[in-house]
Amino acid sequence: MAKLLIKEREIVIPGQELAEGLDFLPGQGTSRDENKIISNYLGLVSVNERFVKVIPLSGRYTPKVNDVVIGRVVEIGFYGWTIDIGSAYNGVLSIRDAAEFIERDDDLTKYYDFGDLVIVKINKVTRNKSIDLTTKGPGLKKLLGGKVIEVTPSKVPRMIGKQGSMIQLIKEKTGCDIMMGQNGRVWVKGKSTEKEILASDAILKIEQESHIEGLTDKIKKMLEKNELR
Amino acid sequence: MNNEYIISLIQQNKRIDERKLDDYREIKIEQNISKNAEGSARCKIGDTEVLVGVKMDVGEPYPDSPDEGTIIVTAELSPVASPLFELGPPGSQATELARIVDRGIRESKAIDFKKLCIKKGEKIWIIFIDIYPLNDDGNLIDASVLAALAALKNAKFPKLEDGKVNYGEFTNEKLKLEKLPINFTFVKIADKIILDPNSKEEAALDARLCVSVHEGNIHAMQKGGDASLNEEEIEKMIDIALRKEKEIRSLLK
Amino acid sequence: MSYDKRFSGRKFDEMRPIEAKIGVIKRADGSALFKIGETIAIAAVYGPRELHPRFLQNPETGILRCNYDMTSFSVPERKRPGPNRRSVEIGLVTEKALLPVIDLKQFPNAVIDVFIQIIQANSGTRCAGISAASLALANAGIPMKDLVSSVSVGKVGNKILIDLDKEEEDHEEATDIPIAITNRTKQITLLQLDGNINKKELLEALKLAKLGCEKIAKIQEKTLKDYYKNEHE
Repeated sequence: MAKLLIKEREIVIPGQELAEGLDFLPGQGTSRDENKIISNYLGLVSVNERFVKVIPLSGRYTPKVNDVVIGRVVEIGFYGWTIDIGSAYNGVLSIRDAAEFIERDDDLTKYYDFGDLVIVKINKVTRNKSIDLTTKGPGLKKLLGGKVIEVTPSKVPRMIGKQGSMIQLIKEKTGCDIMMGQNGRVWVKGKSTEKEILASDAILKIEQESHIEGLTDKIKKMLEKNELR
Repeated sequence: MNNEYIISLIQQNKRIDERKLDDYREIKIEQNISKNAEGSARCKIGDTEVLVGVKMDVGEPYPDSPDEGTIIVTAELSPVASPLFELGPPGSQATELARIVDRGIRESKAIDFKKLCIKKGEKIWIIFIDIYPLNDDGNLIDASVLAALAALKNAKFPKLEDGKVNYGEFTNEKLKLEKLPINFTFVKIADKIILDPNSKEEAALDARLCVSVHEGNIHAMQKGGDASLNEEEIEKMIDIALRKEKEIRSLLK
Repeated sequence: MSYDKRFSGRKFDEMRPIEAKIGVIKRADGSALFKIGETIAIAAVYGPRELHPRFLQNPETGILRCNYDMTSFSVPERKRPGPNRRSVEIGLVTEKALLPVIDLKQFPNAVIDVFIQIIQANSGTRCAGISAASLALANAGIPMKDLVSSVSVGKVGNKILIDLDKEEEDHEEATDIPIAITNRTKQITLLQLDGNINKKELLEALKLAKLGCEKIAKIQEKTLKDYYKNEHE
């Protein structure tokens, strides 16, 4: 006698009952209490076949396997590099997970130095929150130059998805390279500081006004007139 | 993460929120925000928010000023307002904030201490000014000064019964402010002078200067930050302060 | 003593008017304001974040730290800024009131800090703080099994009543009982009492508390949902 107690994309609160019956399974952001599935977050509920999940509407970045994030090197040791990825836990890029071939006794700062920006993928998150990172893979590398701005991590999926076309638009109109990390950090690199600022402003505007109608046209007009400032 | 971004913006005479270099963010002042205080106010400058409460008590005058009352300014930087504040007794930042607010009011003689005398040599009013930032998005100092002035402006003396204060019973007698000295906080970033830094700009500052003015007179100054300032820079900041004081003061009316 | 009419004129099962908001402290990861009558509490949540000093870190679980503070001007007679024994105790019971709904095992070595600031006090401050903290934790995206709502109940003279104000709390024949209850599972996570009350009266008071907390939970739910509504319609 399984029953859904909510509608798709409804806003739910912690403790709210989402479904009844053992046919439904607790997905991300939910847990089971006896035969009920309850939300663990203030977020958007979504049902995929039998999985009920809740995507939090707010909060700091929670590292997940396969997320691509932007981080900064904060520590270097015999093991490799410790990277600050903006969560309560730092990630570790160990020597064997670096894209480059590194010889024994090589000076590790040659590859990634203190303060360097890197775009990395999360390979593994253990139960005690050790986060293994890698730069082996397409697009993963050290980031040279450019600027980093920060947006709310919970808004990133929407900015990449629905507004993915808007990010494309910004890239085209400003000629900037833009990389969005799942951890809310966005790297912008252009041919000039003005272009970088223009692109950054547009991205911040998308984040703040993501719910407003006709945003695409608005941004388009502004980029074309260089009128964000 | 953002220092380089801020610096490159400033170098282009731009700021992260589209202000001019010598513009304040939106300032909002609300009076009487806490009923048990003798006077209180909230000041918001952009997202920075500070609450100030005025409490009054009677005490003995200092021996060298038997017919004068006094003010005691305290700032509590609660971790509510910023991830950078820690629990514990006031550190150097809280102490400096309190003393800057104190100096602006005291040196300008905004309050006539002689009017706080109840009985010469024996009893005077002590005016406690307590500062509680609720959100630190930069420039706590100016927000604290404006909130303090607004709180003092609406402050009423509590009833005195047999020489003791009866809290909860207010008189209609207001604490009179002779002056409204306005404090302007400037920072230097990439050799440019900007007014009213937000928290990202504060993190990128080289030097800081506070200037407290009243009708053309400078009553207090305080330099902060690791780098130095030269005379031209100081003069420029004073000019901006003197030019804008009337406009900012009008927000207190 | 026969307490026939409340000083405020309220009914015995009537709480003072309530107002709640979230997102009031921009720098915090989550925040809320909870006002009941003339009592105003603000809660700010920071975390999960790395716990310092290191020796406090626990590799098996995160920790929750609650701090309660009253501004000097929140009360008629100025309160000296800084902690005192009462605020330390309230911080402790607040932590105990919220712990049961947070799964801290997800945050080894980290800390979730909750800071409660009372900016105006007219009794019921620790309860307002807990209701605000619950909202702030949800706003901060902290995973929780349930919401927590809190109110005081008690006895004045011969009457059981809810949400004592200062006049009632100060009365010589008053018993004050702050309570916190989880929304869905109706578990009691805060329970304190001072005064003089028998078992029958206490149970009656608990019933009243449940009803009151249900009403508060509805307000908390509306506050949380309304905040994000315009982003998702």
